[in-house]
Amino acid sequence: MAEPRLRRPRGRDPLGLRRALSGRLLPGLVAAMALLAALAIAGARGAAGLTARWEGGAAAAMTVQLPPAAAADGRLSRALEALTELPEVAAARAMDQARLAALLRPWLGESPAFPLPVVIELRLAALPEDPAWLTSRIAAAVPGASVEAHGVWVARLLALARSLEAVALAALLLVAGIAVAVVAVAVRAGIAARRDAIALLHDLGATDADIAGRFAARAAWLVGVGGLLGTLLAVPVLAGFANLAAPLLGSSPGAGLAPPWQQAWQPWARLPWPELAALPLLAAALGWATAQATVRRWLRRLP
Amino acid sequence: MVRFAGVGLRYAEPPGRPPGAGQAALQDLTFTLPSGSFHWLLGESGAGKSSLLRLMQLAQRPTSGVVEVLGADLSRTRRRALPALRRRIGVVWQDFRLLPHLSVRDNVALPLRIAGRPEAGLLADVAEMLRWAGLDARADSLPAALSGGEQQRAALARAVVMRPALLLADEPTGNLDAAQARRILALLQEMHRLGTTVVVATHADALVRAFPAPALRLQGGRLMSHG
Ligand SMILES: Nc1ncnc2c1ncn2[C@@H]1O[C@H](COP(=O)(O)OP(=O)(O)OP(=O)(O)O)[C@@H](O)[C@H]1O
Ligand SMILES: [Mg+2]
Repeated sequence: MAEPRLRRPRGRDPLGLRRALSGRLLPGLVAAMALLAALAIAGARGAAGLTARWEGGAAAAMTVQLPPAAAADGRLSRALEALTELPEVAAARAMDQARLAALLRPWLGESPAFPLPVVIELRLAALPEDPAWLTSRIAAAVPGASVEAHGVWVARLLALARSLEAVALAALLLVAGIAVAVVAVAVRAGIAARRDAIALLHDLGATDADIAGRFAARAAWLVGVGGLLGTLLAVPVLAGFANLAAPLLGSSPGAGLAPPWQQAWQPWARLPWPELAALPLLAAALGWATAQATVRRWLRRLP
Repeated sequence: MVRFAGVGLRYAEPPGRPPGAGQAALQDLTFTLPSGSFHWLLGESGAGKSSLLRLMQLAQRPTSGVVEVLGADLSRTRRRALPALRRRIGVVWQDFRLLPHLSVRDNVALPLRIAGRPEAGLLADVAEMLRWAGLDARADSLPAALSGGEQQRAALARAVVMRPALLLADEPTGNLDAAQARRILALLQEMHRLGTTVVVATHADALVRAFPAPALRLQGGRLMSHG
């Protein structure tokens, strides 16, 4: 039977969803939200990277360094006692010589020609408002020591990076919530526009799953397309950010020496590709689930 | 096939009026329609004919009483079991309810597609149905381009395409001339001869005289006579 091709797909769209859930508004809105989501994901990932990198440095918030002889002549035990008495200090512990040697090995080699200093690691009760003031108090409590407070700054940056990560994840959740609301509103408008056709399908014996499935397939398609668009738009933006953030995240030692074409690829390689690839699929899944829930809820009013 | 016992129907109150204040659309209906029977459903406008048909097609739950259709007691049937029952009931609605954006062919194919019939064999059935209803020349038209009688026959073809066990027609000859009305009635009677249980609501007395059959007579929502 010679069938004109145009008509057959129409028969498979009895609810006229290609017009009731039109491809104009929803993909655009979702694209904007997917762009925001991609930025939030990249932000969370970047902040997580910084956190991981700085965590080690912040482990000892401050270090107190004594001359090598201090271990033998009792200055070390006196210094530990004095430090523990300071209310700002939660714990003071001498770093054992083997670990110190291991830390310094890259600079000093296997057996250093001179005795190593004694290093006390301090864990602070709270990050000090003014590290310089604490530094001078410790120097006064332990004569002859040199006090290093860079760990305090690292800890502050770490706290900042952790809050950034949390904020980025919260933004991601917020965007997802808005996306759900937007899809629900669009689907409800579609239902209102196709009320009679939905009621007819219902009366002809269509199941809720059938009717909801038609809406959900259409919504998933539109939202998936929007998600893909937004993600594609995000890629060059994120590559730019990755470039800016590269020095903070630390590049592999040979990076500066790599040939220029490889350097040009570096920002791309840093992007969170698996997350970005998952974004349109997750968006489509969210659109599908939202449409299913919205339509099924509405259908419950029919007998 | 269809059994009503003490059935009452009261539509939801318009907002602002106390519940129960409205007049019942149907009251205390008790009757049985045997399998394979043909019945007229008679009564003045507003007597409750469409409401009764809505109960029979499982598009409405009764406010009281027992409605049993195709062996299923509606009050004891779970909602998810209703679609399968509805697919065995063909309905010609008073206002046709043809989907305006679908061709006549796709409108008639709709029940088959809803039932999940594979596309391959489906169009042959639809074509046969359209031929039966005398619409093969109009298969590609949109409903708006059809005459009233053609729309009526398209609605009938859609109601019959699933070979229903129960066929309900609400004023199927409403605004047709006598020749068109007789043509529709002949199609309905043919379904009846093939074993379908048929109920036809009408207030066209001439037609009832031309096709004598048992009747349910409604007045003000009550059953006045049966048989
Ligand atoms: N959806 C509804 N909501 C509220 N009341 C309704 C509804 N449908 C029908 N009614 C009322 O129920 C009563 C019976 O209406 P119904 O449509 O069943 O009559 P009918 O016999 O089919 O009339 P007609 O011959 O004009 O089609 C009427 O009083 C009508 O106003
Ligand atoms: Mg009526």
